[in-house]
Formats: sequence, structure tokens, C-alpha cells
Amino acid sequence: MLGRTANDLFWMSRYIERAENIARLLEVGYRIALLPREGHGQDEEWQSTLRSAGSEQRYLEKYGTYDSTNVINFMLFAADNPSSVYSCLASARRNARAQRIALTREMWESLNSAWIDFSAQDPNKLRSNELPHLFDWIKQRSALFRGALLNTILRNDTFYLTQLGTFLERADNTARILDVKYYVLLPHNEFVGGEIDSVQWAAILRSVSAHRSYRWVYKSSYKPWRVADYLILNRQMPRSLRSCYQEIVPALDELAAFYGAARSGKENRCQALARETMNLLATGDMTTIFQSGLHEFLLDFIARNNRLANEISRAYHFTDEVAAC
Amino acid sequence: MKGYGGDVREPYLTVDRWLKSQEIEDLKRKSSDAESLFRRTGITFAVYGDGATTERLIPFDIIPRILSAAEWRRLAAGIEQRVRALNAFIYDIYHRQEIIRAGRIPEDLIVQNAAFLPEMMCVEPSRGIYAHIIGIDIVRTSENEFFVLEDNTRTPSGVSYMLENREAMMHMFPELFARNRVAAVEDYPDNLRLTLESVAPPGLDEEPTVAVLTPGIHNSAYFEHSFLADQMGVDLVEGQDLVVSDGELQMKTTQGMKRVDVLYRRVDDAFIDPLNFRRDSMLGVPGLFDVYRAGRLTLVNAPGAGIADDKSVYTYMPDIIEFYTGRAPILKNVPTYVCRKPDDLAYVLEHLPDLVVKQVHGSGGYGMLVGPTSTKDEIDMFRMLVKARPDRYIAQPTLALSTCPTLVEKGIAERHLDLRPFVLVGDRVRLTPGGLTRVALRDGSLVVNSSQGGGTKDTWVLQD
Repeated sequence: MLGRTANDLFWMSRYIERAENIARLLEVGYRIALLPREGHGQDEEWQSTLRSAGSEQRYLEKYGTYDSTNVINFMLFAADNPSSVYSCLASARRNARAQRIALTREMWESLNSAWIDFSAQDPNKLRSNELPHLFDWIKQRSALFRGALLNTILRNDTFYLTQLGTFLERADNTARILDVKYYVLLPHNEFVGGEIDSVQWAAILRSVSAHRSYRWVYKSSYKPWRVADYLILNRQMPRSLRSCYQEIVPALDELAAFYGAARSGKENRCQALARETMNLLATGDMTTIFQSGLHEFLLDFIARNNRLANEISRAYHFTDEVAAC
Repeated sequence: MKGYGGDVREPYLTVDRWLKSQEIEDLKRKSSDAESLFRRTGITFAVYGDGATTERLIPFDIIPRILSAAEWRRLAAGIEQRVRALNAFIYDIYHRQEIIRAGRIPEDLIVQNAAFLPEMMCVEPSRGIYAHIIGIDIVRTSENEFFVLEDNTRTPSGVSYMLENREAMMHMFPELFARNRVAAVEDYPDNLRLTLESVAPPGLDEEPTVAVLTPGIHNSAYFEHSFLADQMGVDLVEGQDLVVSDGELQMKTTQGMKRVDVLYRRVDDAFIDPLNFRRDSMLGVPGLFDVYRAGRLTLVNAPGAGIADDKSVYTYMPDIIEFYTGRAPILKNVPTYVCRKPDDLAYVLEHLPDLVVKQVHGSGGYGMLVGPTSTKDEIDMFRMLVKARPDRYIAQPTLALSTCPTLVEKGIAERHLDLRPFVLVGDRVRLTPGGLTRVALRDGSLVVNSSQGGGTKDTWVLQD
């Protein structure tokens, strides 16, 4: 496979995953904006939405103040926002189109249709009460793409690279959502917190579609350290950091084996790094993490996750620059 | 579809009955289904300088064009004869030039020709083949008369439409295929791969590595490039993925460098190698041509093969075929007036309103005059152009092109057609039954090019 192809496949799946996560974040923000509230302002809510998506700076430069319609438009449709759903789908499709030969027809068609339908949306004609439907639609299209991928793709380098893109992006997203709101998860909050915090905990869970499954796993009402545990260390929760690494580690091993590295018995740097992160998650416990600082833990994780993406790109010659190393 | 006297010809009988049983509204709905199918599959071509909408569909007509087995046999024999002659001709031109020595064609026709590539003199391509992939444009003017309009020996495009049109038809009208025995076209990608592998440089120690070279996603035929690479199961590369190293062409893969043996390049001669040809090319690979000349890489089609699809060379095709095959051509050329010949020029200037005038090096239906449908001003303008540079123009009589029922705004109407069969030349000649039928969608129009609003149809060859 061409290095350029590997790069495009990796990023294609990252962008699809990102589009879905943005839709989920907006869904939560929109929901909270509807709730009657005192004290805790809506501005803060939109601020954390934008911050989780890494778009705060750009948004403020463009609009100056927080406003539901502006935030939603900016995060859904803005072509000048690289993290908007529009930009994510455009980039995913551009990567896919450049590598159509690596995609099955089902994958390409699901992605191409999603792009055609989404880009036909007129932001000015969209009514606020149609938004929940649009959020669902985006999530469905992402699910359809993943379904088409899982059902049709050959289990070779193409598959492993798309797996890596999806789960690296997902881990990054979950970690960012947590980091933006880590303060509401700190243990002391349980005592000072009231209804507002409960809403916040629910919002965090909702933004990773875990508000219902939580109850099945913990059989109790929302508790901040459990919410953190669920999203970081729980092995059942499909968007937890640990779950993501449960997919990443074998994908890297199988990719190396596919290229015949197993025979040499040597592990490459990205495999070693992923295994190390996996061990942190598998052996960690929330008490220790809280003691040494949740924020610090998350920042370290995000940095590790980024480093892994760079190592993968280097190991498999994604671009010329690293191929020379 | 109809013969003399207006009777429906035999190959069309079942389709004609089927058409009569359909409601126009249903057909129109199917037609728009087909369009959305094509759009979702991404079977589009890029239109340059068109702002935001850079991807367009080529209109697809759902009524098939049909050839009988006997008609096809005759065409196939003529096509095979022609492609063998074309390759023998190109080989000769880049070697001893016997045909010029024999006085059958004038020397300046070749040496003065922009499509002649002196760098190719005495190069030995694998199996002596230059034009591996050829599209021959054919028109029909009566029940038993076919003419060759053009030989495309550079990078003929459209084969992906031939394949996708069939897919769409089988998807939408399976009942038609149950009632007609239509020859399959789907083995084209396999045949293409076999052909490419068969012309790999001799003496390789392992299976040849084949790749398709595309200028990139902004090229108008990008869909076709990726489609063919995908269907063959080979890599689709751009110039940036390739380097010349150790006298080999290599591509940058996830596991390091890998040698490429056969490159089906969809990049024009001038752009394939900035060291040997156009220095400003960003699409090619520096040193590529040197690897080719050293016999360590096969380029498909070979550089310089375009000498055989030049319109002024075309006029000599009957002589060329006879010279290399020793037989009379099975398929005729359209009678052509070469404006650089004084007698022809005089005739052309006299009869402009009845003629089609084309540029010798033009393609895509641009810069041509269709006398009978042009205004007096347009004709006068061409008179000036032809007088100024007669060597740049040829002229042909307007032919009574055959028609086929076509679904248009007002219902079903007859529209003019041509046919581009696709031929592969490697260890042997491989010809897919049928080809791409192009149809002029405007009433009375004879211009079928997609860049000029033409559409396409599925092409059926019935089996005995």
C-alpha cells in the first residue's frame, strides 16, 4: 500500500469519527440550552462545547460572544472551521475519493451520500426544532459508514489503519470532553454540588452516549468518580479510553504481523507506546488518578495519544518527511 | 434502430416491444433513479472553471443501443485488423520508416508532426507494442455501412462508463436481460490486467507490479482512473508517490520502496517526466523516461503513440492498413479532405455549408464547424481560419449518422449515435463486445462529445 494511501485512510476514519463526536457534543449543548437554569450560565456550556472541539479560539475571533445559533452554525456548517461537521465530512470525503480504490463500494457510497445530503442542507432554512433530527442523522450516517466498513472490508492493512484512525480519534475526544469538565468530577463536588452538577454529570455521559448504559453498569445514580471511572477505565464502555486502547493495541499488532514484522520478533515503537498506555489504563484505579490529579492525567493521556499517531505515521511512511527518518 | 422503410430491425424487436409496454412517466422515474445512482456512486467527471460544482454527471440514457452478433463479428474483424496495423505503423515510424521510403506517406507528415516524438527513435518497447489500449470511434450510416471516424491511441477514456452503464441497466431492468442474450462486458478489467502484465519488461524475477498513474483527483477522468485501478486490484499512484532510484521506477509504500514494472499512465506524454519533457510538469516523475528507454519499465500507452491518432495521419489509414497487413481495410475511413492539399482545399472552401471541418490536432468536439447546422457568420469565420492555416484543418462530408430511440423531455425520440469499442493489445488482441455508445441529446445534433452535452447508452451485442 502507498504511504499516501495509509495516511488518507487513517485520516478519513478520524474525520468521520470526529463528525459524529461533534454532533454528540452539540446535542448535549442544545439540550442544556433548553433547560431552565440559574447561576450556571449557558455561555459556559457553549464555551466548554467549543473547547472540547478545539474550536473556541476560532469561534471567538469570528463572533466575539457566545450565542446558541452562532455556535451551532459554526460547529455544523462553517467551512472556515476545520472541526465543523461540514469540514469533517468534506475532508473525509476528499481522503476517501483520493483512495477510492482502497474502499469498498458500500463504504464509498455511504460516505458520498452523507456528503451529498449534508452539503445540500441550507443553514438558513434549518429551524431550531429540526436540530435533534439533524444530530441523529449525522450519528446514523457515521454508524452506517462504520457498519459498511466492518461488513465489507478486507481484514488487511486497510482495515487496521481505519481502526487506528477511529479509535485514536475517539480516545482523543473522550479525553477532551472529560478534561474540559474535569472540575465537576472532582470528589469534593459531591458535597458542594447540587442539581446543577447532576445535570453536568449527565451531560458528560450523554456526550458519549453513555447516560443509560451507566445505570446498567453501576446500578446507582450518577456519582462523579464513577462517571470518570466509566469513561476512563471501564472496559465495557465502548468510548472509554481503555476500550479504545483495547482496539488500538491489537490493530497495531495485526498490522505489524500483516507486514511480516512478527517473524522478525521485533516490536516497533508505536506498538511499544500503545502497550504502555494500555497498561496504564488496565492497571490504574480512580483513587490514584484523582490523587495525582485528574487534569494532569488527562493532559498526559492526550499527549501520549498524539505521540502514538505520530509514531504510526512514521512507522508506515505516511508522508515523505517522516519516511526520511 | 429502424432500417429502410421504417421497420424495426431484428435485434431491436424485444426492446421495442418492451418500450411500447412502458409508461413514459415510469421510464422518466427510472432515468432519474439512474442519475441519483450515478451521483451516489460518484461516477462524475470534473468540469474546469465551473466554480463550486466541479463534479458533473454524463447524462445516461436508459434505452440500450443494440448490435447483432453478425454485425459485431464484422466490426470486430475490422477493429483487430486496424489495431495491428496501427501498432506496426508506429513501430515502423520509430525505426526504419519503411512506409516513408516506400513513398506511401509523405515524410513531412511525420517529421513535421507535433505528435511525433523524436526521443522515441529506436526505443524497443516490450513486445514491440506502442498502443496497448485503443478506442476506435465508429459511426454507422446505413444498415451495412460503418465508418471509422477516429483512432484514439493516446489515452482513450470512457471505458468506466461502458462498465457502469451495464451495471446500472442490469440493476434497473433485469427483465430485459432475461429476454435478450447480451454479451457480457464485465471481464474488461481482467483483460486489462492480463494485457498490462503481458507487456512487462522481459526477464523479471517475480510477478510484475502494475500501477495506474493519475494526475490526481482534480483531473476530469479521475473517476475512471480510480475505477480501473480498483477493478484490477492495483495501486493508483500520483507523481508524488513515485521516484526513480537505482535505475528503477519505485513507489513509496507503507513498507518502504517497491519497484513498478508496468505503468498505465493517464498523464500526457509532455507531462510524464520533467527532466526529459516539459520542465514545469508537477504530474510526472523525473527520470521516468530514462528508465523506460533502458527497458526496465513499460509505459502504457507508449510515449509517441499519439502519432497514429493524428487527424492528418488518419487520412492515410487505408494505405497504412494495406501496407502492413497486405489486405484491403475491412472498416472504411470517412472520406476526408486534407486542406493542405490544394485541390482538397479548393473543394472545402466551395462546400463549407455541407461539410464538417475539424482541427487536425483538436479533440473533444471543440473548435469544429458542422456546416449544415451553422450560421453564415460561423461559416465565414471558418473560411478565414482555413484559408489562413490550411494545414491545420481537415473536412469531411456530414454523414447520415444512425439513430436510436432516446428518452428526452418530450418522450421518446430518435437521436444520433456513435460507438467507441475498446481494444487491448498485448500478448494478443482482446476486444470487449460493444463499447461505449455516445448519443447527441439535442434534436438533430451530430456532436456526441460529453464536453458538448452528449450522453451515453448501454451497448448490447446480442449473442447467436
